[in-house]
Amino acid sequence: MRATPSLLPLALDRVGFRVGGDWLVRDMSFSVAGTGRTLLLGPNGAGKSVTLRLCHGLLSPTEGTVRWAAGQPCPPGPGRHAMVFQKPVLLRRSARENLLHALSLAGLHAQAAGERADMALERFQLAPLAHRPARVLSGGEQQRLAIARAWAVQPQLLFLDEPTSHLDPASTRAIELALDLFRAEGTAVLMTTHDLAQARRLADRVLFLHRGRLLEDRPAAAFFTDPHTREAAAYLRGELLD
Amino acid sequence: MEALGAAVGLILAGDGELLSIVGLSLRVTLMALALACAVGLPLGALLGISRFPGRGAVIVLVNALMGLPPVVAGLLVYLLLSRSGPLGDLGLLFTPTAMVVAQTVLVLPIVTAVTRQVVEDLWAEYGEQLRSLGSGRVRAVPTLLWDARYSLATGVLAGFGRASAEVGAVLIVGGNIAGHTRTMTTSIALETAKGNLALALGLGIILLGLALAINGAAFALSAAARRAAAA
Ligand SMILES: Nc1ncnc2c1ncn2[C@@H]1O[C@H](COP(=O)(O)OP(=O)(O)OP(=O)(O)O)[C@@H](O)[C@H]1O
Ligand SMILES: [Mg+2]
Repeated sequence: MRATPSLLPLALDRVGFRVGGDWLVRDMSFSVAGTGRTLLLGPNGAGKSVTLRLCHGLLSPTEGTVRWAAGQPCPPGPGRHAMVFQKPVLLRRSARENLLHALSLAGLHAQAAGERADMALERFQLAPLAHRPARVLSGGEQQRLAIARAWAVQPQLLFLDEPTSHLDPASTRAIELALDLFRAEGTAVLMTTHDLAQARRLADRVLFLHRGRLLEDRPAAAFFTDPHTREAAAYLRGELLD
Repeated sequence: MEALGAAVGLILAGDGELLSIVGLSLRVTLMALALACAVGLPLGALLGISRFPGRGAVIVLVNALMGLPPVVAGLLVYLLLSRSGPLGDLGLLFTPTAMVVAQTVLVLPIVTAVTRQVVEDLWAEYGEQLRSLGSGRVRAVPTLLWDARYSLATGVLAGFGRASAEVGAVLIVGGNIAGHTRTMTTSIALETAKGNLALALGLGIILLGLALAINGAAFALSAAARRAAAA
């Protein structure tokens, strides 16, 4: 399923995205390579979700380019890149059937899909819930299932949009542990969160956004101890940004 | 009152003429429903998720066709199948096949319109996720139809209701020929005119029972959907 050769790096070059007269994202350039975790931080409305959607190909940039390794655009999909949305979207089927659906889109035949689905259920502690309708699962279980689904199709890069924002500490911990499974598979992660403690735990690198612009692109340790911009410093102190 | 007693008698005795009329009606209506679903479900789904110039006009047209008077549908199919019509050589006029065609014309807009609405709503919810999983729009159609199955079943039952209750279309293209194209509704019209109230009433009771069964099924379906937390 994993497409060889590697799709990474993903490179954004002066990407802008406009709706009506408003630029939601402007002049955004960065690239993502390797298997590390990059955290996209910034206040509400900074443009984090829009940036993830631009990277994932769900939105097309108004200006600039989003390119992958071969210098090409690359649609989302199995073996390429996957996304876990803030509010998980699950089909009106059982947990296991949700995985099978994604795996059939990945081109797996019934038996291989079944084995992979069971492996994902196992890895993400969902086996006892396999045959429940996905939409009666608790918020934390649904989010775990959405992440298991992304894991099952072996993406090279995974986008996560505030994956733990509605979850209790234990479920949050479970999701964070689950992210280690992606590292083990060599999947790079680009995620957003408003939980700064979580950001410190997880981040290898931080992209700090403010009003649709990328203000800092730094190694995580450096960013948290010594933010370079006034906006980032204020954000880390929990102050209101103008 | 006498007629009512006689009607119940006919039903309970399994009267041959009555059974053959009921059988033909059900066969015609179910055939029409199957055809309308085979075309209307994918068509409605595609209409629900595609964007093209003139889409709004198509949707208005389909919705308007839901109210197409059965006699008009019958007239159109009659013109199509009559000996001098474009399909006249097939010799289908006044056959059960002609009635199937006419009822398909009546049911198709209902199935298509309901499917379009249901699938469009579901696409609003699933669209980004399905694209994220690498599904194109066409590949999304079976997924959406399956996940909308409970809501769609209600629409299909409404189509069945309309086809089994209408009289105008089958009368025009079927001709109400005894033992050949006589359905429940056309018999009721005829027998009532002839004063044979027992048979008319017997058929009426069966039709009413059918309507009750359809609505019972629709109710059970939506309950099942809620149980599966699928709604
Ligand atoms: N489709 C859209 N049309 C118009 N404006 C939009 C659209 N999507 C997002 N926006 C606006 O773009 C800005 C950035 O939105 P975005 O969702 O990326 O913020 P965010 O950084 O993810 O914020 P949060 O932390 O609250 O999730 C917001 O002001 C939002 O209102
Ligand atoms: Mg957001």
